[in-house]
Amino acid sequence: MTAVTVLDYGIGNLLNVVRALEHCGGSVQVVASAPRRLDGHVVLPGVGAFADAMAEIKARGFDQAVLSHVEAGRPFLGICVGMQVMFEFGEEFGQTPGLGLVPGRVVAIPACGSDGKPHRIPLVAWRSLHPVPGGHPWAGSVLRRIQPGAQAYFVHSYTGQPLQQVHALAQASYDGVPICAAVQSGSAVGCQFHPEKSGLTGLTLLRTFLEN
Amino acid sequence: MAAIRIIPRLDIKGPNLIKGIHLEGLRVVGDPHAFALQYYEQGADELVFMDIVASLYQRNNLSDIIARAADQIYVPLTVGGGIRSLDDVHTMLRCGADKVAINTAAIRRPELITEVARRYGAQCMVLSIEAKQVGPGRWEAYIDNGREKTGRDVVQWAREAVSLGAGEILLTSVDREGTRKGYDIELVSHVCAAVNVPVIASGGFASAQQLPELAATGCTGASMADALHWKRSTVTDIKREAAALGLEVRQ
Repeated sequence: MTAVTVLDYGIGNLLNVVRALEHCGGSVQVVASAPRRLDGHVVLPGVGAFADAMAEIKARGFDQAVLSHVEAGRPFLGICVGMQVMFEFGEEFGQTPGLGLVPGRVVAIPACGSDGKPHRIPLVAWRSLHPVPGGHPWAGSVLRRIQPGAQAYFVHSYTGQPLQQVHALAQASYDGVPICAAVQSGSAVGCQFHPEKSGLTGLTLLRTFLEN
Repeated sequence: MAAIRIIPRLDIKGPNLIKGIHLEGLRVVGDPHAFALQYYEQGADELVFMDIVASLYQRNNLSDIIARAADQIYVPLTVGGGIRSLDDVHTMLRCGADKVAINTAAIRRPELITEVARRYGAQCMVLSIEAKQVGPGRWEAYIDNGREKTGRDVVQWAREAVSLGAGEILLTSVDREGTRKGYDIELVSHVCAAVNVPVIASGGFASAQQLPELAATGCTGASMADALHWKRSTVTDIKREAAALGLEVRQ
């Protein structure tokens, strides 16, 4: 069993993340404020608004704890808004600073597809995951057991834009609009989609994360 | 290629999965968790659980059922039926629901939509609409499981609810529910044209043959109960047929 700490900052449904991690061989503890030092594997879940998430993360000391954890090269996984706060800024209500683990910002998903026709927001759909040309390779990553084209469940209105291609781990497409599906910077990985809600593909990712 | 989510719907009464025609003549089908697991293993993209007597008797016993049903199921769950307050929403989310579907309580107090969306996110706040046709191109919203009329126009109500923060709509045709005559495409088309959030169609699923027509309205989710519970079709078959018809479905 792999020790994994799930950070609870009062936003979103933790139960499904916890259950999925346990199913994948994790021995899960949930913490509502930063312990002196984070250890083992750390997961930052979350849904909702970037600004609200960052306010809670900071109030509980999770920002410093996560930054130290990642600086030491220890495994970290951000999910959905937990991935978005890995970026430098979120632009939902003005500019909100994030954790700054990944250069770039989080912006609204464009209202129209590449054909100029409006599409539905939030994006609530299963989309295919693909490696990014010039991006972080899947070999050796949490995606190494997943086939390009495998689908995952996305539900969001904002999308990350990594400034450096090397941090882009996976991409998806929504009516021709590129969606940043996953990022990696050092030992920190982020998924825009919900691995705990993406059937076997998601479980495979979590299992692989816990093995790293 | 248009994408469609296949979303089995399980109506719950007490501990049982039930099914009926026009919401009368309810019949017990079996154990909700067993059916939910089977649909998940067959490739269901999401699941919807509705407690169909909750709002009538002013109580909600769904939480235990959801906690059990959510076990071992790793796709999104939407739960509805008798959800009246933020506390109810909180209870459902803590049991494993990802989204809540609210009808009666939202029509009675539309501010609830905004409260839920602000606390938990718009993507969690699914507006459930039960629609009955009252004239050409016009539908009336019903509450209490299609028992009570509200006088509200469905299209206008959908627009208002989305402006208040609803992130998705679960649209049920009261006329078609349990009839196997096909979705009310006109209804779905009118609502999809009026709002810019995802819409899930429910009520009357007959076969996968109709899914391209459904997807052409802009609808991205197809929900069905009857066909699956009585085993006239399987999720696997529906998805395979949908793919063969040119729709993008998760395989």
